[in-house]
Amino acid sequence: MRHNFCPLGSLIFSVFKTLTDQQVTVELKNDLSITGVLKSVDQFLNIRLDSIKVLDEARHPHMMAVKNCFIRGSVVRYVQLPSEHVDTQLLEDATRRGAPT
Amino acid sequence: MSSLQGYVDRRVLLILQDGRVIVGVMAGFDQKSNVVLSDSKERIYSIDEGVEEIPLGLYLVKGDMIVLIGELDDAVEQAVDLATIHAEPIPPIRY
Repeated sequence: MRHNFCPLGSLIFSVFKTLTDQQVTVELKNDLSITGVLKSVDQFLNIRLDSIKVLDEARHPHMMAVKNCFIRGSVVRYVQLPSEHVDTQLLEDATRRGAPT
Repeated sequence: MSSLQGYVDRRVLLILQDGRVIVGVMAGFDQKSNVVLSDSKERIYSIDEGVEEIPLGLYLVKGDMIVLIGELDDAVEQAVDLATIHAEPIPPIRY
């Protein structure tokens, strides 16, 4: 049915929206990893983080004075989510819905 | 919507796809996250020498090139002497 169709992009977007104000770690395609509180996300999966901390700060002091940031969705490699705030079963069902059987 | 609105007129730090770091005051932005910086400087990091700052003036950065935009905390900025910081440059983006 047409109304059941949910492109994966908007599903993941919805999942991120439910995770606002949670702590996440974003690994970028330049190998930087940044931990912070997820403040907002948009349809491109651009991410805004508050109270950020760069992993291995001794090696990457470049962002010492940065407290919050905007990350372009296209440069994100991984996002580590807090598992206790993700309904894995729901996510599994939603991603399988509409897949060819 | 994850907008850049909150960064206008603030001192920001940009990290670009090729690993360059640029600081400046955000003068404006658009839907494609193209950004105009005023009074901008490039910060060049190296292991052997302290951070070198190259003045760039008014700069337009294409949204495609941007990896990250961070708001700078002026108190921390002023407490740090860039000349004493030795660090590897940020690596370029690898897909």
